[in-house]
Amino acid sequence: MPEKRIRVLVAKPGLDGHDRGAKVVARALRDAGMEVIYTGLHQTPEAIVEAALQEDVDVVGLSILSGAHMTMFPRVLELLRQKGAEHVVVTGGGILPDNDIAELQKIGVGRLFTPGAATDEIVKYIREAAASDN
Amino acid sequence: MNRAGAVTTTDFLERFLAGDRLALARAISAVEDEADGYRDFLRQIYGRAGKAYLIGITGPPGAGKSTLVSHLAERYAAAGQNVGVVAVDPTSPFTGGALLGDRIRMNELAGNERIFIRSMATRGSPGGLAKATGEVALTMDAFGFDTVLIETVGVGQSELDVANSADTTVVVVVPESGDAVQAMKAGLMEIADVLVVNKADREGAEPMARELRVTLELKPEDGWRPPIIMSVATEGRGIDDITDAVTAHRSHLEESGGLTSRRRSRVQRQLEELLAYEFRRVCAAARDYDNLLEFLTAEVQEGRLTPYEASARLFKEVSREM
Repeated sequence: MPEKRIRVLVAKPGLDGHDRGAKVVARALRDAGMEVIYTGLHQTPEAIVEAALQEDVDVVGLSILSGAHMTMFPRVLELLRQKGAEHVVVTGGGILPDNDIAELQKIGVGRLFTPGAATDEIVKYIREAAASDN
Repeated sequence: MNRAGAVTTTDFLERFLAGDRLALARAISAVEDEADGYRDFLRQIYGRAGKAYLIGITGPPGAGKSTLVSHLAERYAAAGQNVGVVAVDPTSPFTGGALLGDRIRMNELAGNERIFIRSMATRGSPGGLAKATGEVALTMDAFGFDTVLIETVGVGQSELDVANSADTTVVVVVPESGDAVQAMKAGLMEIADVLVVNKADREGAEPMARELRVTLELKPEDGWRPPIIMSVATEGRGIDDITDAVTAHRSHLEESGGLTSRRRSRVQRQLEELLAYEFRRVCAAARDYDNLLEFLTAEVQEGRLTPYEASARLFKEVSREM
């Protein structure tokens, strides 16, 4: 019989076209039994948040390798709050300097992963994050 | 917002009825998850449904269904309609997870306030897909959409059932899917109200259309001959022809009384599905069901009982609990 499944939106905001990381993570999450909505390249924060709302996801994962993380993460967070969806956990990965990670987490972004992160670790984190959303 | 039980509050119902899209998204999840109170919720909105026109779009993988759906949704929205899209993709039977990628082809719809897209995984329970999709479509209908587009991969019986539960069913094929169409001819051709040969700029499109025409001529005449439309979805070619064909089919159904009878058989099928579903639920919840099932399985495997005797015994045990 049906039960609650963890739903995750995996999105690539901004202009870079490197989607291998996003696809690897998306597949790992699927293999961990989650429902993963993959939206493809070049997403605006507005489109990402709208998709997250329509899909009623627990978690949004952003993959950013273009250096735009300091604008993209805060913007997505802000839009989610504006729309009354602050329960959605925002996480992600990419080429992210430690200082930036610290700063983003201070404003409410979840854990962030850098190149070399184990997919098991990401799966484990997302399970925990989704559970805390109840 | 709390997930569990959220749909049972009157505050939630008010938000849903007032057109709050967040409430719609949450309601769909509750229906999919069979969360506490979802049946009460459906009961409360049921009377508001029945106004939307349901269009099923199905066909083999890679036929361009999502791109077509994207164009159709845009066309209907441009005509002033509110459009709901349900895009169904398979759940992995091994992990229970799913990768839902239909939105990739629908990115142009982002920001269109008349359109609401929901990706749905099949989740694997037999008969459950048609039930869940039907209830999600009902929820969208009650929310106030004028048109609901339901996209499924036409590979299995349950996917065909879903497509077939729409008011108008559009079957999409491509020149390359010749063999696939051979294999699916029986199921796919029977449910098609409108046939689309997509990627019609490719070699083999004309022969494909000819073959379809021949197949259709063998179909019993019921006052409607499914038109065959050539399209190139990526360029938006043929989209108007498809919406015209859907409109023509709708008029045909309305004038012939077919719409009422179609919807009646949909309700009837739904009742039967719910009955079967309820029975499975009772089984799963019955005391000692799992043990008994295991015991009887061994009895059959070791030749002491036939499957007929064993299932009769199971049925007897379960009905005791009903």
